Amino acid sequence: MSSPAVSATHGALDDVTHGGHEHHDDGSKTLLGFWIYLMSDCLIFSGLFATFAVLGNSTAGGPTAKELFELPYVLGETMLLLISSVTFGMAMLSMHAGKKGGVVAWLAVTFLFGAGFIGMEVYEFAKLVHEGAGPSTSAFLSSYFTLVGTHGLHVTCGLIWLVVMMDQIRRFGLTDATQRRLSCLSLFWHFLDIVWICVFTFVYLRGAI
Amino acid sequence: MFGKLTLDAVPYHEPIVMGTLVAVILGGLAMLAIVTKFRLWGYLWKEWFTSVDHKKIGIMYIIVALVMLLRGFSDAIMMRAQQAMAAGESAGYLPPHHFDQVFTAHGVIMIFFVAMPFITGLMNMVVPLQIGARDVAYPFLNSLSFWLFMSGVVLVMVSLFVGDFAATGWLAYPPLSGIKYSPTVGVDYYIWSLQLSGLGTTLSGINFIVTIMKMRAPGMTLMKMPVFTWTALVTNILIVAAFPILTVTLALLTADRYLDMHFFTNELGGNAMMYVNMIWIWGHPEVYILILPCFGAYSEIVATFSKKPLFGYKSMVYATSCIGVLSFVVWLHHFFTMGSGASVNAFFGITTMIISVPTGAKLFNWLFTMYRGRVEYNVPMLWTVGFMVTFVIGGVTGVLMAVPGADFVLHNSVFLIAHFHNVIIGGVVFGVFAAINYWFPKAFGFRLNEFWGKASFWCWLVGFWMAFAPLYVLGLKGMTRRMNHYANPDWQPYLIVAAMGAAVIAVGILCTLVQFYVSIRDRKKLTDPSGDPWGGRTLEWAISSPAPFYNFAIVPQIKELDQFWEDKQNGVAYVQPAKYEDIHMPRNTGVGVVMGAFGTVLGFALVWHIWWMAALGLVGMIAAFIVRAYDRDIDYWVPAAEVEKIERSRHAQLKQFQTTQVAPVAAPQRQKVA
Amino acid sequence: MQALFSRLRYAGVGVAVLLSGCNLEVLTPKGDVGVHEKSLILIALGLMAVVAIPVIAMTLWFPWRYRSSNKKATYAPNWSHSNKIEVVVWTIPAIIVAILAVITWTSSHELDPYKPLESEAKPVTVQVVSMDWKWLFVYPEYGVASVNELAFPTDRPVNLQITSDSVMNAFFIPQLGSQIYAMAGMETKLHLIAREPGTYAGLSTNFSGEGFSDMHFKAIATSEDGFNEWIAKAKASQANLDDAGYKALAQPSEKAPVAYYGNVTPNLFVNVINQHMGEMSHDAAKHGEMQMEGMHHDAPQESMQMDMHNHEGGDAVSSNITPAKAEK
Repeated sequence: MSSPAVSATHGALDDVTHGGHEHHDDGSKTLLGFWIYLMSDCLIFSGLFATFAVLGNSTAGGPTAKELFELPYVLGETMLLLISSVTFGMAMLSMHAGKKGGVVAWLAVTFLFGAGFIGMEVYEFAKLVHEGAGPSTSAFLSSYFTLVGTHGLHVTCGLIWLVVMMDQIRRFGLTDATQRRLSCLSLFWHFLDIVWICVFTFVYLRGAI
Repeated sequence: MFGKLTLDAVPYHEPIVMGTLVAVILGGLAMLAIVTKFRLWGYLWKEWFTSVDHKKIGIMYIIVALVMLLRGFSDAIMMRAQQAMAAGESAGYLPPHHFDQVFTAHGVIMIFFVAMPFITGLMNMVVPLQIGARDVAYPFLNSLSFWLFMSGVVLVMVSLFVGDFAATGWLAYPPLSGIKYSPTVGVDYYIWSLQLSGLGTTLSGINFIVTIMKMRAPGMTLMKMPVFTWTALVTNILIVAAFPILTVTLALLTADRYLDMHFFTNELGGNAMMYVNMIWIWGHPEVYILILPCFGAYSEIVATFSKKPLFGYKSMVYATSCIGVLSFVVWLHHFFTMGSGASVNAFFGITTMIISVPTGAKLFNWLFTMYRGRVEYNVPMLWTVGFMVTFVIGGVTGVLMAVPGADFVLHNSVFLIAHFHNVIIGGVVFGVFAAINYWFPKAFGFRLNEFWGKASFWCWLVGFWMAFAPLYVLGLKGMTRRMNHYANPDWQPYLIVAAMGAAVIAVGILCTLVQFYVSIRDRKKLTDPSGDPWGGRTLEWAISSPAPFYNFAIVPQIKELDQFWEDKQNGVAYVQPAKYEDIHMPRNTGVGVVMGAFGTVLGFALVWHIWWMAALGLVGMIAAFIVRAYDRDIDYWVPAAEVEKIERSRHAQLKQFQTTQVAPVAAPQRQKVA
Repeated sequence: MQALFSRLRYAGVGVAVLLSGCNLEVLTPKGDVGVHEKSLILIALGLMAVVAIPVIAMTLWFPWRYRSSNKKATYAPNWSHSNKIEVVVWTIPAIIVAILAVITWTSSHELDPYKPLESEAKPVTVQVVSMDWKWLFVYPEYGVASVNELAFPTDRPVNLQITSDSVMNAFFIPQLGSQIYAMAGMETKLHLIAREPGTYAGLSTNFSGEGFSDMHFKAIATSEDGFNEWIAKAKASQANLDDAGYKALAQPSEKAPVAYYGNVTPNLFVNVINQHMGEMSHDAAKHGEMQMEGMHHDAPQESMQMDMHNHEGGDAVSSNITPAKAEK
């Protein structure tokens, strides 16, 4: 809950200093809102995890997790995403240092790792479908594809966002707006990382046991 | 090319539908003609559709809700007429296929496209004004939320004329709603209209939480926040916590229907009970999402018209928060008859009953607000008193059904129907009408006609009891819900009375429409020059009616709970400041409209499996959003001189009004009471 | 306490009498379960009346007494808090809810539909299958079955095992008490008993599609002799509920007439459940075949049935949404 002091500060910003014509939002509103959005997204994933927990064993005589998942491959995927989080962190450090070029470069690196992750995931999905273990095979596979696929979809959105941000920083520089957006994207990217760690643990590791 | 869509999708053979279609087309053409004739397109586009002003968005939500109320209510009339007729051998006039769509559409429309926009509209209209803010936290997002909601509305309305709507009941339980048992596009319309409008609702939930947490006037601590804003805060937290679950649930149903997955199917390990659990984990908080802001509105109204501060403000806030938390641990009471164990049933039954304690405390607080007050019977107050009486009965029947043993014989009967209409009509609808009558002057600058307002209230109250008391009895006679026809002739007299009750409610709705017409006609006479027509207590009444687009020329400083009331008492309410300053405002944008339009295309294409069009809609939405991200001209400053000009004319009007009135606002002397 | 309850009951009965120029089936039960549920309803209503009636009275009295035109009434324009009142308005409802909670806890266990009824008499087992849009009743002890007509002797518990062959339905005989959902791929249980002979209305209370409104059945509670005659009548039927007979019956139909089957495939009920169960039906679903025979015999009947009570100790979600599955 916000303290009265926070809102008082906000009021002060709006009313006392506006003669300077700064931007309306000091960034704290956007970040709070984005956090709340992340929480709601977190609930979406919770719903999918719960579904997977309920249906994870409903293989309907079809292939089981143990038969399907190749841990080393998924570990590779995981490393790509984890590294991309580190490179995003580097981009944020450059941002705080005010190095425009560094930001764009690190974002590009992040994009490559993210795209690699998505590529591996698409390949994995294609392979499963090819093996006759597609999403319509059993409730277990339905929930697997949906959970992992939803995460993949989020990462894809993150990739599009990365491209937009690289372009915006190139065009507009490190303005208040772009920095604010980059901070949101950073939260989003790390959030997806955490979700993936849960996916890796609950879906792949547990499935392999 | 057009997926499953062919010309046969239009139900030519259904005279009722075709009649409606003709009426809608004629009405639509007439409206287009009027708009064109009076050259209103530019005005509508510039001042309304692209507006990011929370007041205008709020008004648009409420107008759409009123229109949809007519649609949802005509479904109700059709159902009541069918059940009044279809006893014994008679089949009535609606075949099951049509009747089933009618009751499904009735539920979906009334909850998602009437009650929700009413609530969202009210929050939009009132919350920023009550906290002394100039707009919501994300004005563009607010506009986007509205237009996403609109695309849901459009899809539901289109389903009436192209294809069909779900015939599954308003929560579309699988396996009935699965592709095997519902192969037509009905459930798809249901899914996509709810997904689009649900996305809008989630976004506006986030928006309002940030608005309330971050944009309160200086000095307004949480415990100095008006009660309506408090209820709005809790409601929006519930929205953000509950709607994602709805999104997931519907997405899984979509996966079953479109991608041949097996979440809820009878085959290959699917589990329909999971759907029932998930949909109610959203569904139960949803009813509190609807009722809490109404509780807030009643609280404001009862204090204002009793000429006293709200009794037990703190306990009101705690009660609201309690209800918010508890609403997440009661969902299972919607299906005690699924065979969960006795302990599980008892647990959820007891949590449900516990909710009645804070709710009861609220009722007592309203009562003691009236106690030793000076109660004025304006229309909002009538709705409030009518609500209190009606809601107690609804609460009693609700707690009754929270006892699993009692629910075992009452579940899914028309007793249940009577119960939830008792709380939703008696609580939400009455609350919305009370709130509309109460805040209308703030939106438009004139009051609503009292006579027609009162007529509407009495019709609703009498009609409600005529329509639903028989259903309570029928439930005890063992009549279940959703029956197209029935063999037992004993039931018919009750259903005829219920149909007559619905007709009385129809007169009530008509009275409301007449009320709007008469009030607009007599707007000069009903004008509200002071901006404070009721002797209000909260900030929104401190500014002119209608509120200026920037809301507050000077952001107020808050020291008291009812700051404006205190200011009036101390004679400082209308002091003109020495100097005005520039005001920073967001610029209007059409991106929300464009994204809503692409959303509609996307939804329609997905319903009919027109994949290229779906891709177009999706890409269009994303592209519009990205284009918006490149727009750097999103705000502007209102020069102090312009603010001063507007405020001067406001104060001149106020002075003139105060001299014509001896005592403009009946402000009683302060007096100390132990 | 007992005396208080009986008074509350009278209060509840008062309300009921007001309502009943007519016959309220739910409140004129013909069996133990229904009687218990009726008294539960009346006690709960009576308890709540303790708060509700004063509140309604106050809601009418306060605004009238303190109407603005009544200048005689006291006006306390700044009075907005009283600890005493707050304590009362939070405590009294809390006490009532606490009492109701105790009643809820005990009654939920007593009225648990899964709990067999205590009785000297030997129970009758009936297996119930909801279909589009009719009810199939199988009497495994007698090897007969019926459609849309359920017969059982009075004063003997009826153990109902319920499932669905298609969408969700709910089995309900208002005058005998409790209802319970019928769901494909799993078995729910209900225990009823009738104390008076008679023909009672039975119906589905969960919407199941186009033919739903006609999905009702007659529940005939009769004497031991009457029941034996009914069984004999069913036995005499030439109709055979084997694989083909079942398939024909399972086709969607509306207003299905009453029918009897003199001969029923053993384990029919279990097969109906199994054909909708994930583990067992993978191949069956692939081939679009029911494979009524030969897909189940190796597992003993009991272990294949869904008994949600096994999960009672767990949290609500898992206990409720665990699908039917064969024990591994």
